[in-house]
Amino acid sequence: MHSEPLNDRNVSEQSPYYYVDIEEYPTTGWDKFKQVVKRTFRGELFVGLWVVMRELVKFNIHTVKYPLEKLPIGPRYRAVHKLLRLWESGYERCIGCGLCEKICISDCIRMDTKIDENSRKEVTEYSINLGRCIFCGYCAEVCPELAIVHGQRYENGSEQRSHFVIKDDMLTPLDFLTSGQQTEYPGFGSINPNESVTKTPLAY
Amino acid sequence: MDMAFIIETIVKIVVILLVFSALAGLGTYFERKVLAFMQRRLGPMHVGPFGLLQVAADGIKLFTKEDIIPQNVVKPIFKIAPVITAATAFMASAAIPFWPQFTAFGYTVHPIVADVNIGILYVLGVMAIGLYGPLLGGMASANKFSLISAARSAAVFISYEVISGLSLLAPLMMVGSLSLVDINNYQAGGIGNWIVWSQPVAFILFWIAAFAETGRTPFHLVANDHEIIDGFGTEYSGMRWGLFFIGEYANMFFISFVIAIIFLGGFGDGTIAGAFQLLLKVAFFFFFFLWTRAAWPDVRPDQLMWLCWKVLMPIAVINVVITGLVMMF
Repeated sequence: MHSEPLNDRNVSEQSPYYYVDIEEYPTTGWDKFKQVVKRTFRGELFVGLWVVMRELVKFNIHTVKYPLEKLPIGPRYRAVHKLLRLWESGYERCIGCGLCEKICISDCIRMDTKIDENSRKEVTEYSINLGRCIFCGYCAEVCPELAIVHGQRYENGSEQRSHFVIKDDMLTPLDFLTSGQQTEYPGFGSINPNESVTKTPLAY
Repeated sequence: MDMAFIIETIVKIVVILLVFSALAGLGTYFERKVLAFMQRRLGPMHVGPFGLLQVAADGIKLFTKEDIIPQNVVKPIFKIAPVITAATAFMASAAIPFWPQFTAFGYTVHPIVADVNIGILYVLGVMAIGLYGPLLGGMASANKFSLISAARSAAVFISYEVISGLSLLAPLMMVGSLSLVDINNYQAGGIGNWIVWSQPVAFILFWIAAFAETGRTPFHLVANDHEIIDGFGTEYSGMRWGLFFIGEYANMFFISFVIAIIFLGGFGDGTIAGAFQLLLKVAFFFFFFLWTRAAWPDVRPDQLMWLCWKVLMPIAVINVVITGLVMMF
């Protein structure tokens, strides 16, 4: 059904909206008695019994046996963060601009940078305090290099939350990259892995 | 009173205790499964095949859990209350014939602990004493929700004793005996002789009262989870809470036996087929307790009292009067 007819919320002949039929409350004793008799013998209790018995017989179980079966999650599901690498060179995408650190509303991202020998900024430490992170996704949204993104890993059972979010855990390992296991999210704003994403040159 | 009789009685008591304690555990399994299937869930699945060993896991948990006595409770009463519930439930079963008499190794066994001539009166009376479990447990708990539950249970149990008593009066007038064995033999002629055909109103009334006296769902307000936590069981833990539980499920089984024996012919003429029919009837009534729990909402306490005193009791009295008139003329 299209939503157009539902936009007109005035009750009329054409609109699908209608007033719910609510009977007047009984006032006299005789009317109350009639209501009781009607409700007693209308058999609504048996309707309830029939409905649950139908479900028992149909055996249409909706349970997802979670550790064995998993529901699909959206491509931009906001689970634990990942740091990605450049496809062509394997170099880290993160340029250490610090925008994610600035925009983080729960102030949980911390990074250390230094200037390396090529006078290129290098990220030495990058960590996210998952005890405070609210998974708002601002860091991934603000990142100009698509370096920090949210991953699909929502099973975070561990002895410490910090186990997931020091730089070595988040950064795609090099062998993952070469075997093509680094994934990009599809849709608006994503990159095409076939077009090479190159390292930003030092001088224009 | 010879030694053989005493030994036989003790053996019967032990068998009944063991069988119905185990059935109470299995009853929770079936309840969880039936409710789950009716709500499109799977229920317990992981402990054992199809979750069957969940019963054992729950039992181990209940037995080994710490028995907490809270600080401000009235300790002796708090400790004795669950025992009252479980004990009265099992005491009530003494006058219920679970199986027709049979002969094993040349020895005739009567599968009833005490064939007293006031059987049904004894059963109803002892079940009525079961009221003291929730009542004392709730009042001793030093918890306002338990106290509400205690007040409700007193109101419900006492009110519905009237219904169950009055509704049973009409069939008992027809049978002329209070012994459940006599009531069963009265209907031994087959399905046409069942009392449910001559006393359908009494059957419905007693069935409704059975729901109130076991505290099952349409009348579950003595321990309504969403209003008063677990009612009288709120402060209990471990096996004391488990005794309340066993008492409730044993009561469900025993009241199912009573309904089946009084109104639906019991074990009939006493053949093996009749005995299995009795088990089928009991299974149906037990299943119906679970079925209504999935299907029906709870009523409010004032609605429950209204139903008892303004609707069911007049109907029960009229039923008794009409039965008397029909028998007289």
